[in-house]
Amino acid sequence: MKRHRKVPFLHVAVDLPKMDIFLQQIINGLVQGSIYALVALGYTMVYGIMGLINFAHGEVVMIGTLVTITVATTLIKAGMPVAVAGLAGLSSAVLVCMALGWGLERIAYRPLRNAPRLTPLITAIGMSIVLQNVAMIVWGRNYLTFPHLLPKVNFEVAGANFTAVQVMIVVVSGLTMAGLVFLVYRTKLGMAMRATAQNPQVASLMGVNSNRVISAAFVIGSALGALAGVMVGTYYEIAHYQMGFMLGLKAFTAAVLGGIGNLAGAMAGGILLGIIEALGAGYIGDLTGGFLGSHYQDIFAFVVLIVVLMFKPSGLFGEKTGDRA
Amino acid sequence: MQAKLSVVALSVAAALAMTACGKKEEPKPATAPAAPAAPAAKPVIVVKLGHVAPMTGPQAHLGKDNESGARLAIEELNAQGLEIGGAKVSFELLGEDDQADPKQGSIVAQKLVDAKVAGVIGHLNSGTTIPASKLYSDAGIPQISGSATNPKYTQQGFKTAFRVMANDVQQGKSLGEFAAKQGVKTVAIVDDRTAYGQGLADEFKKAAEAAGIKVVATEYTNDKATDFKAILTKIKSTKPDLVFYGGMDAQGGPMAKQMKELGIKAKFLGGDGVCTPEFMKLGGEATEGNYCSLPGMPLEKLAKGPEFKDKFTKKFGMDIQLYAPYVYDAVMVMADSMKRADSVDPAKYLPAVGQTKYDGVTAMIEFDQFGDLKGGEISIYQYKGGKLEYVETLGGSAVGAVKEAAAEVKEAAKAVAGAASAAGADAVKAGAEAVKGAAEATKAAVEKK
Repeated sequence: MKRHRKVPFLHVAVDLPKMDIFLQQIINGLVQGSIYALVALGYTMVYGIMGLINFAHGEVVMIGTLVTITVATTLIKAGMPVAVAGLAGLSSAVLVCMALGWGLERIAYRPLRNAPRLTPLITAIGMSIVLQNVAMIVWGRNYLTFPHLLPKVNFEVAGANFTAVQVMIVVVSGLTMAGLVFLVYRTKLGMAMRATAQNPQVASLMGVNSNRVISAAFVIGSALGALAGVMVGTYYEIAHYQMGFMLGLKAFTAAVLGGIGNLAGAMAGGILLGIIEALGAGYIGDLTGGFLGSHYQDIFAFVVLIVVLMFKPSGLFGEKTGDRA
Repeated sequence: MQAKLSVVALSVAAALAMTACGKKEEPKPATAPAAPAAPAAKPVIVVKLGHVAPMTGPQAHLGKDNESGARLAIEELNAQGLEIGGAKVSFELLGEDDQADPKQGSIVAQKLVDAKVAGVIGHLNSGTTIPASKLYSDAGIPQISGSATNPKYTQQGFKTAFRVMANDVQQGKSLGEFAAKQGVKTVAIVDDRTAYGQGLADEFKKAAEAAGIKVVATEYTNDKATDFKAILTKIKSTKPDLVFYGGMDAQGGPMAKQMKELGIKAKFLGGDGVCTPEFMKLGGEATEGNYCSLPGMPLEKLAKGPEFKDKFTKKFGMDIQLYAPYVYDAVMVMADSMKRADSVDPAKYLPAVGQTKYDGVTAMIEFDQFGDLKGGEISIYQYKGGKLEYVETLGGSAVGAVKEAAAEVKEAAKAVAGAASAAGADAVKAGAEAVKGAAEATKAAVEKK
């Protein structure tokens, strides 16, 4: 008797006002996820080609943000228009990070190319600590504020708020990822990369200079990292010499979630992780009846990661690489 | 050749990593400061004081601030050339980095205990101070924190634990009352799950509920986060008048900014952790018009405040972030206790710490039986035009004030008696005035209560 037809409709009516909150959480997650995806690409490119996890990548992102701050702030103070200063900051960050990525590979990884797998992993962690401390010495311990590079415009759609910066982040990430896919699948360098990824020895027998290809992967990955760093900076408007650590860890998780070594996987994993985190923080309290609060939001992301890895150990998009992992 | 170069580079990198990770302030080989050329100079003893704060990580700016406060105090003490137990004393600071991490806090605490320090200043965070206090207590080393405000620190029954700042029971209560006075009806509470943030948020919640404010949301973050959009979105759906944050500036600033971006109209309120210039720098215009609180009175209003500020800025070339004056006082209280006990032996001067009556930069420092600062007031500030503007001072436990006033009456009476016996007419008059003043103070305190 109580099962009246109207109940579902009533339900919808009650839930409707919450739709804006849900939409807002999706937007939050999408923006955060785009940043993760861009950083994850750096991990995945290097892993795909060399089977190495470059744990210093998060620090490259951090250096990108800090260089942009220094350059852009100096130029703005010198009276340059904000747009010019911003672009100059971005390009110098990209250049510095490209050089850094190249240097990292030369100093920390190339001499260990034939060493046991664990060795370069340890130098990677070592480089991460070195870079953090160098940044601490150069930029100090204080938080730095990122200059306003984009006008503060707020949009409201269906009760959800978002800013011009957020739109920019999603669009730029999308374009960059598309560009990268083009590079890898439609250019000669990309072909050389894919060949090296499949088998470095055979590729070099075919005339591919694998050292150059590996350097290129580091340089491109670092450039993406610099771009991600600038976006993190514009979004949160703060920077700190330790900001790369957590970001790197999350992006690494995203890359594993999507299937490390796979470009599409890194993108999907990043965006998925961002959205899972946002929804986790937003709804975990309601779902568990208040038993778990929003401080358990990371559980959400990692439970998903564990479940994915249990059923598909190579990640969502990962191919079976046999002895590679 | 190339391989060699890389090896060199690697070893340089490794060396860099080691120096960078290692503690920067390794105890220097005890350079007994030049007892100036007098051959008959008194013996010099070097007294090692430990100082612990996060020198790396998200709160490194506050840790540096604390350590600067301690260094300033140590330098002044050494310049004064104190004599304790017949020997000239030279203080030396062993700075340690606990990364605001409770595990690391205990590790460096053990290191200081092993180094046989005479006393410990710190730690900065309640979360690291509380576990470390057990180690200091076991070793009998006096510990004075200038910034750990969680009530639990002094409630563990350790005789060695002191703090020169009001605790969060006081602060949470004052903030709750202040919010009610501002006409707040509903509040969302966020804390960073550290001992400090959680403790402050809990005390605030109690006070707010007692004052009739409804808590509509309780959310959590951590002390390393930068993105709060998800929890703020959830808070937005509950439409509170106020968002209260128990945590530090590095999270509070971006949180205030993100509230604005999400179109949340609520005001922002926080405790000492967000009452810093850094908070305003990070939060930008979103902080404008909001409030925060600090234990004690504003520096400008204290007799020695402006002088300290000048000294500090001149010496370190940067503004005081937050706790530097409190840490400075903590060092001074420790040195003062050693002087009164005429010993630098922790076992001998520990009782003297409890009997401290020291006129510091931040307050008249006296401890109650738990090691808490007596009568701590809480001051409210407003963020205005990029500056912290003093609004009012609340609390200063009325009971404490009455007790103090009563003690003053007694003392004054004694003075009168003394003066009378000395038959100095002027002294009698002064004594009588003192009695009158003290009586008035008592009355005021009682009324306040």
